[in-house]
Amino acid sequence: MKGKSLRTREPLIFEKSSEGAVGFQLPALDVPQVDPEQTWDSELVRGEIEELPEVTEVEVVRHFHRLSQWNYSVDEGLYPLGSCTMKYNPRINEELARLPGFTQVHPLQPEGQVQGALQLMWELEQALLAVTGMARVTLQPAAGAHGELTGMLMIRKALQDRGEARRRVLIPDSAHGTNPASAVFAGFQVVELASTAAGTLDLAALQRELDGGDVAALMITVPNTLGVFEPQIAQAAAMLHEKGAFLYMDGANLNAFVGKASPGKMGADALHINLHKTFSTPHGGGGPGAGPVAVSSLLEPYLPVPVVEKREGRLILDYQRPKTIGKVRSFYGNFGVLVRALAYICSLGRNGLVAMAEAAVLNANYLRKALQEHYHLAFDSPSLHEVVFDDSWQKPYGVSNMDIAKRLLDYGFHAPTVSFPLVVHGALMIEPTDSESLTELEAFAEAMRAIAREAQEQPELLKTAPHTTPVRRLDEVRAARKPVLRWQREQGEG
Amino acid sequence: MHRYQPGSGDRQRILQDLGLDSVDQLFSTIPEEVRVGELALPLGMAEEEVRRLFRQWANTNVTAEDRVSFLGGGVYRHLAPAVMDAVLSRAEFFTAYTPYQPEVSQGTLQAIFEFQTYVCLLSEMPVANASLYDGATAVVEAVLMAARQRPGKGKVFVSQLLHPDALRTLQTYAEAAGLALVELPWDDRGRTDCSAVVPGEAVAVVVQSPNFLGVVEDLRAVKAAAGEAPAVHVVLEATSLGVLAPGGRFGFDVVCGDLQAFGLPPSFGGPHVGFLATRMENLRQLPGRLVGQTVDVDGQRAFVLTLSTREQHIRRAKATSNICTNHSLMALAVTVVLSLLGKKGVRQLALASHSKAEYLKGRLATLAPKVRLAFPQSPTYNEFLLLHPEPEALLQRLAEEGILGGVATGALAPYLPTGFLVAVTERNTKQEMDCFLDALGRLA
Amino acid sequence: MARPENLLYSKSHEWVRVEGELATVGITDYAQEQLGDVVMVELPAVGRQLTAGQEMGTVESVKAVSEVFAPISGEVVEVNSELEAHPELVNQDPFGAGWLVKVKVREVPSDLLDAAAYEEFVAEEGGH
Repeated sequence: MKGKSLRTREPLIFEKSSEGAVGFQLPALDVPQVDPEQTWDSELVRGEIEELPEVTEVEVVRHFHRLSQWNYSVDEGLYPLGSCTMKYNPRINEELARLPGFTQVHPLQPEGQVQGALQLMWELEQALLAVTGMARVTLQPAAGAHGELTGMLMIRKALQDRGEARRRVLIPDSAHGTNPASAVFAGFQVVELASTAAGTLDLAALQRELDGGDVAALMITVPNTLGVFEPQIAQAAAMLHEKGAFLYMDGANLNAFVGKASPGKMGADALHINLHKTFSTPHGGGGPGAGPVAVSSLLEPYLPVPVVEKREGRLILDYQRPKTIGKVRSFYGNFGVLVRALAYICSLGRNGLVAMAEAAVLNANYLRKALQEHYHLAFDSPSLHEVVFDDSWQKPYGVSNMDIAKRLLDYGFHAPTVSFPLVVHGALMIEPTDSESLTELEAFAEAMRAIAREAQEQPELLKTAPHTTPVRRLDEVRAARKPVLRWQREQGEG
Repeated sequence: MHRYQPGSGDRQRILQDLGLDSVDQLFSTIPEEVRVGELALPLGMAEEEVRRLFRQWANTNVTAEDRVSFLGGGVYRHLAPAVMDAVLSRAEFFTAYTPYQPEVSQGTLQAIFEFQTYVCLLSEMPVANASLYDGATAVVEAVLMAARQRPGKGKVFVSQLLHPDALRTLQTYAEAAGLALVELPWDDRGRTDCSAVVPGEAVAVVVQSPNFLGVVEDLRAVKAAAGEAPAVHVVLEATSLGVLAPGGRFGFDVVCGDLQAFGLPPSFGGPHVGFLATRMENLRQLPGRLVGQTVDVDGQRAFVLTLSTREQHIRRAKATSNICTNHSLMALAVTVVLSLLGKKGVRQLALASHSKAEYLKGRLATLAPKVRLAFPQSPTYNEFLLLHPEPEALLQRLAEEGILGGVATGALAPYLPTGFLVAVTERNTKQEMDCFLDALGRLA
Repeated sequence: MARPENLLYSKSHEWVRVEGELATVGITDYAQEQLGDVVMVELPAVGRQLTAGQEMGTVESVKAVSEVFAPISGEVVEVNSELEAHPELVNQDPFGAGWLVKVKVREVPSDLLDAAAYEEFVAEEGGH
């Protein structure tokens, strides 16, 4: 992928230190300098931190520039990580999120000074309501998993309000790992539900668990992590509601059905929306994201505080909500991420959003057809925005899904999601998203087909891949057995 | 067709390839009863139209850009080096995903490894994770980690001078985890009174320093009160670590909080960047991602996400946290800023902020009784509480003169004294402070 | 694959060597191979009472965590502290230096398998 002429070695910033070098100049001090030992007990005062580096601004710029060149990114090309929805991050969103009128607003200014920021949050909530068909939205959660936890805490509080301490939360075996973890952190016990042969929710199993009692909620991803729409989601919701249980929907795959169907109509009580998936906000190498939660009117009283409300034509932050679960983080959410998401929604509008879901599904089905004679399709149910193959046709040659993923890096593409969902052994989960043109899809398909041929003809090439990346396969066992998690001076000198 | 999506030709060719007449056929698995009609949203906009709309909203906000600002209360306006945003604007960083494929993610991985090192150095702790959402959730994760290490202990002793949002967030999570919060009051010097701590019953003792009212706590006394129980030092004004010793020096188990103060814009409260540093004994209980050093097959040094079996994607219901996303890009921003500041700059920044705050504080004392320092005898770093019977009205009058004079405390939590917090950073000039003094003299 | 004759095996892939009132417990060669390179072993504290069939610890590879179930009931009298620094012993010598715990036996369940029966069980399981 990267030209070999570019540097593929760069020391740690700490190893570049040279005494007396400075990277930043403070304004001249226009007041008398205070000796900190006059203010505090000298034991509480610290001097210079010896190991901090001394580097020039030039060195800092070059350091991070070089590091950046070793990353694959959406701007480099198709990024088929299933379930992660790595779509294009529009540049206008970046420009707008950097307006000083947004970045320089302090969260504790009086409401009268921040009407523009509140207006933006209000508009985003309205847009998310239009998309989801739910009653209210909290923008507070910082990520999808944080949204899950927030939603489950609301369900817990609603049950408490009814005087019920239900303990069990049902989660299909195809779910993201965050679902069971979030349920546990919200104080529940997890019961795993086996999927049907078609990879979907097993209604009979659901009924059995409901009849067993003590069920607080079902947490389910729609469409599921195999890209398959749950055909009986509305029935499942009715069964849950009949027993006084809730339907929590993981909105990680909302991109597949915006403008086609709505969680509200499916009977969802709570749903988180990963703005960094469906609504194009950048993943940032692992965050910041945002995970707003949309809820039904049943759960509305329990939303975290504050909630943006309109009072006499003015927007306020309402903390006077007696049944709230409280707060789940500081302030109001990852506002900078919210700006980007709303800019995307405004850019696409009602037509563009539907076209987005259509393009995502068309692209995924194109790849499904283009590759299904070369890779084994794990489930043959019709799929929407992503498709899951497995490595069972390559296994006889000693080639695993991981080898295929690593070889793709040599072809200049990021790897698909591997080893997830857990219900598929040797999974290769591909989600091209709505951003990709046919040219890019075809280039990816061609790479995948070439790799399938290589698997038969020269499997060693795959087993030792990648060959052209800045570093090659890593010794992950060593990293875990003898963890080195920070630089230390001895190491730098050695 | 939309500018972010493939053209109509591509669409037609894919439909042909799939043998379909209409894209609707691909959605046939969605049952009728859950389908919707047209979305109740406006039509899409051109870039210029979106820009116009958003600028309008942005311009409606009052910001520190064209005012004099002494706002703090957990979010601070420090330096903004141009290099920081230049690095963040590189698509290789901001449009990449979590570095699951290390061979094509060394940039992000090495930067996070450097971030972890910076956090260790600032906190004097041996290990730090790859970042968390924010300061409030960092406090939560620290407490939950401590609870896993001390099963059977049910009480969290937490200072009432923890940031009110962090305290409230902790309440939310603790309730679900079955932990009881015991709030520690403060004494007449604005310091946490730890006398109620019962070490044998404690999951952890949590104290913020500088605390929410700006007073620097005596961490030695906190540690002494905590005894065998883990002590947690929360830092929200992270630049203070340039001049004040961290909990790590005094035997604390955790130093955590938010690094926003190192140059991240306030952004109406987020995204900022939480951090958590601790002792090696807690390594296997750490929440969130960790980057470790190793070698590739050619023996070249390389970095990789490690000890992942703690995490939700492997451990599922038994994970140490439900966290998946961290705040990588903000961690990168702080890494860039700390690299620019370096050994000299980190201390100079803290000394400048402290010196300026001391200048203003000294002169404010002369304005009594119009406004009064709440804790005149107590050492502060760069923020302090002024008592005033009607802070909101006073701050409003100051704002009309172009001064964002502080954060009113009364509305944030009923137990706090009535007044407002004044924060000073190296970006405030003497002239700004003199104007502020003059205005307060007239308006208070 | 090694399957020493003188041991008893559980269906969750632990082995036991009973010698008088003491028993040594580990995971089988098959188990370590399935798991891959072991990076971490978590063992019960000395003095803990184990109940046959209950979780007694975990063995971790880079990307998986495997629970270890007590094949017998009894009190833990010794744990293999070498594994803390050298978890790879579980891979290199699962029936020898890679042992996990020594237990003062209270009860040996009757459904443990002998080497031949275990071999058959593994063959069956692998076939699925």
